[in-house]
Amino acid sequence: MSTLDTRPPALLGTSGQIFLAITLGVAVLVPALNLLLPPDSPFYIPTYVVSLLGKYLTYALLALSVDLIWGYVGILSLGHGAFFALGGYAMGMYLMRQIGTRGVYGDPVLPDFMVFLNWKELPWFWWGFDMFPYAALMVLFAPGVLALVFGWFAFRSRVTGVYLSIITQAMTFALLLAFFRNDMGFGGNNGLTDFKDILGFNIQSDGTRATLFALSALALAGGYVLCRFLVRSHFGKVLVAIRDAETRVRFTGYRAENYKLVAFVVSAMLAGIAGALYVPQVGIINPSEFSPANSIEIIVWVAVGGRGTLVGAALGAVLVNYAKTYFTSGLLAPYWLFMLGGLFVAVTLFLPKGIVGTFYEWREKRRPPPDEAAPPLAEPRPAE
Amino acid sequence: MTTIARFRSFCCALAFLLSVASFCLPGADRAQAQDLSGPLGQIATDNYGNTEAALGELALSGSPAAAGIVSALADGNLVFSPSTRQVFIRNAAGALLDPVTLQPVADAPAVKPVRVNNRIRRAIEAANGALSLVSPDAAKRLDAAQAVGRSRDEAALPALETALAKETDPRVKTAMTLARASIVIAKEGITPAERIAAVELVGAEGNQDALAILRSVPDSAAPEVKQAAADAIAGIERNLAIWGAAQNVWYGVSLGSVLLLAAIGLAITFGVMGVINMAHGEMVMLGAYTTFVVQELIRTYNPALFDASLLIAIPVAFLFTGLIGVLIERTVIRFLYGRALETLLATWGISLIIQQAIRTAFGPTNREVGAPSWMSGTFDLGHLAITYGRLWIVIFAFLVFVALLGVLRLTRIGLEMRAVTQNRRMAASMGIRTNWVDAMTFGLGSGIAGIAGVALSQIDNVSPNLGQSYIIDSFLVVVFGGVGNLWGTLVGAMSLGIANKLLEPYAGAVLGKIALLVIVILFIQKRPRGLFALKGRAIES
Amino acid sequence: MSNLFTHARRVAGRALLGATALAIAGSAVPANAQDTIKVGVLHSLSGTMAISETTLKDTVLFMVKEQNDAGGVLGKKLEAVVVDPASNWPLFAEKARELLEKEKVAVVFGCWTSVSRKSVLPVFKELNGILFYPVQYEGEESERNVFYTGAAPNQQAIPAVDYLMENEGVKRWVLAGTDYVYPRTTNKILEAYLKSKGVAAEDIMINYTPFGHSDWQTIVADIKKFGSAGKKTAVVSTINGDANVPFYKELGNQGIKATDIPVVAFSVGEEELAGIDTKPLVGHLAAWNYFQSVDVPENKAFIEKWRAFIKNDKRVTNDPMEATVIGFNMWVKAVEKAGTTDPDVVIPALIGVAVPNLTGGFSAMMPNHHITKPVLIGEIKDDGQFDVVSQTPGLIVAEEWSPHLEGSKDLISDWRSPMNCGNFNVKTGKCGGAGN
Repeated sequence: MSTLDTRPPALLGTSGQIFLAITLGVAVLVPALNLLLPPDSPFYIPTYVVSLLGKYLTYALLALSVDLIWGYVGILSLGHGAFFALGGYAMGMYLMRQIGTRGVYGDPVLPDFMVFLNWKELPWFWWGFDMFPYAALMVLFAPGVLALVFGWFAFRSRVTGVYLSIITQAMTFALLLAFFRNDMGFGGNNGLTDFKDILGFNIQSDGTRATLFALSALALAGGYVLCRFLVRSHFGKVLVAIRDAETRVRFTGYRAENYKLVAFVVSAMLAGIAGALYVPQVGIINPSEFSPANSIEIIVWVAVGGRGTLVGAALGAVLVNYAKTYFTSGLLAPYWLFMLGGLFVAVTLFLPKGIVGTFYEWREKRRPPPDEAAPPLAEPRPAE
Repeated sequence: MTTIARFRSFCCALAFLLSVASFCLPGADRAQAQDLSGPLGQIATDNYGNTEAALGELALSGSPAAAGIVSALADGNLVFSPSTRQVFIRNAAGALLDPVTLQPVADAPAVKPVRVNNRIRRAIEAANGALSLVSPDAAKRLDAAQAVGRSRDEAALPALETALAKETDPRVKTAMTLARASIVIAKEGITPAERIAAVELVGAEGNQDALAILRSVPDSAAPEVKQAAADAIAGIERNLAIWGAAQNVWYGVSLGSVLLLAAIGLAITFGVMGVINMAHGEMVMLGAYTTFVVQELIRTYNPALFDASLLIAIPVAFLFTGLIGVLIERTVIRFLYGRALETLLATWGISLIIQQAIRTAFGPTNREVGAPSWMSGTFDLGHLAITYGRLWIVIFAFLVFVALLGVLRLTRIGLEMRAVTQNRRMAASMGIRTNWVDAMTFGLGSGIAGIAGVALSQIDNVSPNLGQSYIIDSFLVVVFGGVGNLWGTLVGAMSLGIANKLLEPYAGAVLGKIALLVIVILFIQKRPRGLFALKGRAIES
Repeated sequence: MSNLFTHARRVAGRALLGATALAIAGSAVPANAQDTIKVGVLHSLSGTMAISETTLKDTVLFMVKEQNDAGGVLGKKLEAVVVDPASNWPLFAEKARELLEKEKVAVVFGCWTSVSRKSVLPVFKELNGILFYPVQYEGEESERNVFYTGAAPNQQAIPAVDYLMENEGVKRWVLAGTDYVYPRTTNKILEAYLKSKGVAAEDIMINYTPFGHSDWQTIVADIKKFGSAGKKTAVVSTINGDANVPFYKELGNQGIKATDIPVVAFSVGEEELAGIDTKPLVGHLAAWNYFQSVDVPENKAFIEKWRAFIKNDKRVTNDPMEATVIGFNMWVKAVEKAGTTDPDVVIPALIGVAVPNLTGGFSAMMPNHHITKPVLIGEIKDDGQFDVVSQTPGLIVAEEWSPHLEGSKDLISDWRSPMNCGNFNVKTGKCGGAGN
């Protein structure tokens, strides 16, 4: 573990500084180019690009949260989409309540889907969602509590590796089925949609979109700094140690399960925030966000960008989703799954450390190391 | 309402009259019999009511040609010319015959078959049922007796009683007596003693149908009759509740065998080799598509072999998916040993590619895989209804399991597989070609998935999405049972299957499934390495 | 119902006048500089819905080619812009935005599931696009920017139930569906309707299953049990897509024949049957507004041209395809009438447009943005086709707001001025949710 200390104690490395600069830069620049320039200017960014980029940024935050536990603690969660979706649902419920009498049935309290399925009154779990602070609290609270309960059980029982991955998958699958049920009161398969405004601002106006975009960029930057702070601290070093040799850490006297639990809960809350920012920008939250395939895709983003690099996770999310956007239009549309699939195979075969990880490696090689310090993010042990 | 009532009484009348007509064919009035122009003019209109009415008139006519016309109608060989509304019978050679004289028609016009819907089909069935009560073939009489019993038509009673009086075969006689009881039980104007006898007879059957019949005891019946019926119903319901539980267990075993089939290949690639094989479902899907292709070829080149198509598809699917498995192992997986989580990503990518490849090659829609005749139908075991298809799948799943166990335990390659997965370096230094064994193991797991696809093609969609729907369940089964242990997979699949089916009647299909997932999650907390955890150092990190 | 058609005609006439006036006014605006008119196609080509939606993409491409061969629209060629929303609902919204904002398409044909439509709805409202939605759905919606060419529940479910009551004497009903909004709503409507016809509550069994449910043993056995109570029983199935094949296979395995317990389905058409051995299913029913087997010259010509286009002489056609064709032709007609593709002109011009459907009649776009349709009941034949056993005598107007549902019984929709409202409450005399 002492080898870890050979790194400079700075909170941010070079790439981290570049990453933050870019994130904060787009947070200002993109809304400005969208709002201030006339539409025929060559530098004008159309609104749909703003929402699209905003979506990518929330995905990047989600990938960051996965990288925190996968890259640094070795917990491969195949159910992280669940936390994202829960955060999204909390936000969606707030937005739903904001519709008020503007719903198609004009019911002041009940959302439309409840009216036409003959619900008579608002179920208790919808109470309070008309207040933004409460909803904002739930954005953190709902995924946080689920992660706490799930993690408390799982880590205490020392469920690790593949077993943990599969039960996280079972968790998100169970939630998927539950949210599909119309009797649950979350809108069933259709989910929550047709939002009107957020905090009194029209959700479709360019200004709101630009603001949401800027907030997403800030959240991503904040999330990055938080994760970076965590992994650079003593706490983070214990996490990495757990990743590489959990038993040894335990024998050294650390309560590994508590460390894992804290990281897991923080990660779930970050995912929840990402979900909450995602929903107003795409305009819908529905149970398909819980689908296991979505959660696997998040893992893929992280792997493509570079596991255990944070910057890479965010980069991977943006790149893969950009590829998805690009390939699903036009002539290439029927073939995009080939490319996506091929990309995953190629990355695992040729860039096992991901794009950023490979770049780091290349940089390390060019720069003669001060001593024979093993890179702290050397190939972690596979999930046993 | 009235139409229905009229329709029902018509059915009965038709059934009865046809049977009477066939009794006394020689004595039928010739002159009347030949005059079928009225009903034949009506039978080919666009209105089912007219067709039905025409059928009625036809039966009333007592013509010897009537039975032939009815059976032609049932077989879709009663045709008419749309322009003249003239009706013909089409024979096997495709020639048009006059329906009455059965003489070929000189210049045949363009014709369309007379249309049949459920209503007409039922009328035909009832007619044929009553007709064959006096068939010389005992098996047919048995069927007819059962059909009449099911229809519970009072109007069929005289024909039934006549047949019963003449019946000599004891089995047919029992069936007819039962059929008579089912009708008598609800008949007006019957003595309580007779009705009670009928109630007892029906009650002794003890099945679901008997319940329905017993419930038809009219309110006007004597109190002691009602009491007898109520007792019989209560008895049957108690009995059926026990059988119902057994039936649920059978459904569970059947679902469990499907899960076992889906998961057992994964128990090799994931359980034994440690590859988180997300493309496993696609191997199952490829197996199902292989079945489709085999059936298509058989349909084209040798339709007589159709019943054997699944048997042929099994080795073909095994070889084909096994080969694909070897290919995947050689080109991708072998670079990833020791990096289990990365195999997840690569195989996920592969699964996307295979899915889209199939979608491009075969189109996104479902493909039809037919069931051979020996796989369709049901039989009753006590009060358990068991379908042949499911039974064969259960048997097949166990055969595959035993065969796989045999390969791993008894053959040289099995020994080598176990050696390599337990200690690769040691195995290599003992002269085992670990590369080759890896390829074979992955090929074996994929091949097993392929033959699972052959079986699943019988009960599920053959579409590019087939594999996706089994992958989560498969992983759950393997993990629940304990990675690396085939017996664990067997017990895991069966317990999940049976638990699911026992939960389903109470919680419903959706909640039952959710409850099961939660149970598995909690169970893993209790036994973090599954049901049958491998013990020893290899597992400890 | 017979005078409905004349009504539609009259509406068409009126709309024509209005549209001409607007077209003249619009012609002062400089003409669009592009030489093609872009048509967006928003159907999933991958993922779970590709199984149904790919055909509709091909249908739009086919119609575009036909129209271009016939000289295009307004003297310009049409150009199809195909995107793949990959059965991913948020991606539908993203792709819709891309089509409208980046590609600047004049019209979009797309969506299958209700959730995909709900997902793109805010986008179409915001960017003022036109969406033609070609699939039967639960109703309870009428939006200015959406034209619904599939059936509302009363154009499919209720005539089917009527048929079973009258012709099969059904007294006991199993309403089996996948647990999502369309079956839930349809079953609520049917339940209310059956009760109004005197069916007792204990004679109705409602069952919901998850998406892609594949093990039907228990449920089919339950249906069998429910059906052996001595009354004629039928199953009304709103089971969705993928779950149908195992459901029908299990029906066949357990020996439930159509003459015992008929199943009438609202989501099973020729495409779905193409994946099943239909011999054990002969006689089970489906209710649609179109069947491939409809024996009229229009349909035959269409099938022939479609097969030539798709280069497969066995390719089947189905109801959502017909709805796509009708929608496409309506849009072309309205654009030609309006003389522009500007949605603000085309949307009002569409109301009243009547085009031939493929069952030998005309379908008209009504002021509620739904179309008039005949309802056909078909029995499954052993070749995977349907035998039409019943057809409503006239055309049926969609009840987009079901009178059988508590929340919507007072609502109507009329997108003509002066009402211009999709959810007008006749009790309060106010437009429900438009906020004005």
